[in-house]
Amino acid sequence: MMGNEQEYIELFGQNRELIDSACAELLNREREQSFARFKASGFPTRKDEEWRNTPIAKQFGINYGMNLKRAEANMNTSAIFHCDVPNLKSHRVYIVNDSYSPDEGHSRELPQGVILGSLNAIAGSHPTLLDKYYNRLACDGDSIAQFNTMFAQDGVVLYVPRNTVVEETIQIVSLIQANVEMLLNRRILIILEENSKANILLCDHSSQEKQSLSTLVTEVFVGAGASLNIYDIEETANNNTRVATLLVKQEADSHFNHCCITLTNGFTRNSTNVALTGRGAETSINGLAIGDKTQHIDNHTLVDHKVPDCTSNELYKYILDESSTGVFAGKMHIHPDAQRTASQQTNRNLCLTNCAQMYAQPQLEIYADDVKCSHGSTVGQLDENALFYMQQRGIPADEARHLLMYAFAGEVIENIDIVPLKERLHILIEKRFRGELGKCKGCNLCK
Amino acid sequence: MKKKNNILKKLANKAYEFGFVSKIKTDIIESGLSEDTIRLISRKKNEPEWMLEFRLTAYRHWLTMEMPQWAHLDIPPIDYQAISYYADPLKKNKENKNKEIDPELMKTFEKLGIPLEERLALSGTAVDAVMDSVSVKTTFKEELKEKGIIFSSMGEAIQEHPELVRKYLGTVVNYRDNFFAALNTAVFSDGSFVYIPKGVRCPRELSTYFRINAANTGQFERTLIIADDNSYVSYLEGCTAPMRDENQLHAAIVEIVVNENAEVKYSTVQNWYPGDAEGKGGVYNFVTKRGDCRGNNSKLSWTQVETGSAITWKYPSCILRGDNSQGEFYSVALTNNYQQADTGTKMIHLGKNTKSTIISKGISAGKSQNSYRGLVRVSKNADNARNYSQCDSLLLGDKCGAHTFPYMDIHNNSAIVEHEATTSKISEDQLFYCNQRGIGTEEAIGLIVNGYAREVLNKLPMEFAVEAQKLLSVSLEGAVG
Repeated sequence: MMGNEQEYIELFGQNRELIDSACAELLNREREQSFARFKASGFPTRKDEEWRNTPIAKQFGINYGMNLKRAEANMNTSAIFHCDVPNLKSHRVYIVNDSYSPDEGHSRELPQGVILGSLNAIAGSHPTLLDKYYNRLACDGDSIAQFNTMFAQDGVVLYVPRNTVVEETIQIVSLIQANVEMLLNRRILIILEENSKANILLCDHSSQEKQSLSTLVTEVFVGAGASLNIYDIEETANNNTRVATLLVKQEADSHFNHCCITLTNGFTRNSTNVALTGRGAETSINGLAIGDKTQHIDNHTLVDHKVPDCTSNELYKYILDESSTGVFAGKMHIHPDAQRTASQQTNRNLCLTNCAQMYAQPQLEIYADDVKCSHGSTVGQLDENALFYMQQRGIPADEARHLLMYAFAGEVIENIDIVPLKERLHILIEKRFRGELGKCKGCNLCK
Repeated sequence: MKKKNNILKKLANKAYEFGFVSKIKTDIIESGLSEDTIRLISRKKNEPEWMLEFRLTAYRHWLTMEMPQWAHLDIPPIDYQAISYYADPLKKNKENKNKEIDPELMKTFEKLGIPLEERLALSGTAVDAVMDSVSVKTTFKEELKEKGIIFSSMGEAIQEHPELVRKYLGTVVNYRDNFFAALNTAVFSDGSFVYIPKGVRCPRELSTYFRINAANTGQFERTLIIADDNSYVSYLEGCTAPMRDENQLHAAIVEIVVNENAEVKYSTVQNWYPGDAEGKGGVYNFVTKRGDCRGNNSKLSWTQVETGSAITWKYPSCILRGDNSQGEFYSVALTNNYQQADTGTKMIHLGKNTKSTIISKGISAGKSQNSYRGLVRVSKNADNARNYSQCDSLLLGDKCGAHTFPYMDIHNNSAIVEHEATTSKISEDQLFYCNQRGIGTEEAIGLIVNGYAREVLNKLPMEFAVEAQKLLSVSLEGAVG
């Protein structure tokens, strides 16, 4: 063990009562097992195949503060948060640092039976409902997921009962604001019962001037015939470390569409695991990462085809400028008997400078024979011929480069179904390329 | 379908052709590994002091290492003390100071189709035949000598060309490289040594044939090929072993040095005993193969057809150090029954304008597991590096696995690196089409598989291509379920 973990192990041991006192029994119940697992494994090292290119333990080495005493952050959320998606009617809630906070101004009436609110509160009021879902996927997760379970005290729950369609997008905005170095553990639990439908937009922001680290575990259950879109847009700051774990379980004939966009975060690790456990399930996971400065962006995905007749599609694109590092590892695991699986994975990467680094690792692990599986991965530059062609026609070199990069990124954004969001992203990405992302007026969040 | 299965079963059960044991008196040292064992091997081979030191340093380092576990392989624990590290079938003759080779030994190689009598050789290939720990005979040595080419066993090379061996041995694969490289460096017994002088194009295909015969021994050969400036050599390697219930360990090292404008083509047809249909016995083939393209405009091409071994674990690699150097890797890996393979390549781009091509065709049948694992690394100064990788897997049956684990580490923005992989099975349509035209199912499978592997087989020298094609059909036909 490296040593960093020892501090956290002691911290947890000493503050166990304090942590428990603020939380529902359901959350506390899971801590013990996670603690044991974390103690046994510690933080992953670079010798772990899954963390070969992402030195995560170091990120936990800073002397962070944790809000174990549940001090309320004094923040007028809707006043601060301006970076909205215009024309998008959404039902908005916040996770301020690591606590749930409703947004009275943007709450809309949800269909009957839909539960949306604080994880801690709902774990107290609906223990039998959450018992079936909370930590059921994360319990087998990696040591960062165990770490999160140990310390997690709040987050968001969305429960959509069977045959219910939530028309409006549910927007979960995560904010970081504090005067000290902060470590936050967030938790999101999404449950869609049979034949239900929902769209979720996750926005990740920070106005932190000091270093921060957020761990996020999102557990998602998509019931038979249900359909779920999750769009995860990261717009935090360079001094933030984000370790996000998304765990999805899909039942028969369900649809899941995920799009994860990383724009400005300093050090990012997104682990996305989708388990297809019912016939006819379809999944599509997409990602776009734009890095510059010394950004480190790591996307690890696993699509677990456990039963026959499922389909998966994956598209991840990276644009790496300056001294940024990109890591992509995507595995498709086709279990024995998962016949007639169709699985496709594409990973395309642009390195713009000689200091940018890309580590790509597309993987296939196949134990069934009647399958159609393929993956492709490339690393390259913008097409010289295309640049020349555009310049010939009077488009300046810089503009031409932006246009090509914009087109390259566009393929990922096309997978998004919500039109206003798509438009907003096009603007965001264009701004990102021009280095103007922090310049939206009236907003003091994204810098 | 049932009929097809029967054909498949029949074919799959076809016995391993080279599984016989030759009754040759062999001098085998006691099993076990210690510094004394290494001293004994070194003494038996009459080695100079520096060689012994070289071995001992590696052994001491090996003791500090643990066997790596990262491969996608299920390897039963290996008892390194239960293996005998030296077996010499020539012993008797040496005592008699008689240069004649035991007729049994000659018969063995005849049975394997390896002509040790130069007058019998039709193919124009010079052979170094290695049985267990000793090189039996090297043919056409004299003829090659006229051109300045050195082609001999490693043992002889250490005696006769110590300066060359000392200069190059261990410079491509250091003993610290990995667990089995350290083990091999400590105990290696024989192997081939090739030196092609400047400006010489080797007139014959050079070939080594490896045979394990003695029981409870491991084979640890070491091959060193040096192609000096502007030279060319094509080198072939083949191997077989008897059928035994115990597993035997084969941990070899192949080092290749390619200097300026030189080209080396290294082809392997690996047919060690794969174990029986229940997965009992077979050879563990844990080999480190690496070539260093040191000179500008140098070229190294690996071609391998892997059909044998219970477990294959190797990554023939190219270090593309010289500017404009090229690396190629063509592989067909076939696994059947309970065989396991984790094989692929590493292409390390260091020089400018370097190019590499990887074509890997995996075929899994029965209950086997077949993995491709490959690394393409483009270092910071390797401007304009170009790589193309293609890994296809063919699955024959629903109990086997085919896996692809490529790694791309890119540190230079002028690199163009492409990787693609597909996995599929022989389609019913293809078979039906063949059947319709009067081609039997069995034959059709052979056709389709050979067509699938053609791209790689075409890279093999003629004689090898024929053998490889036969091997594929023997190992494969009847494996489609």
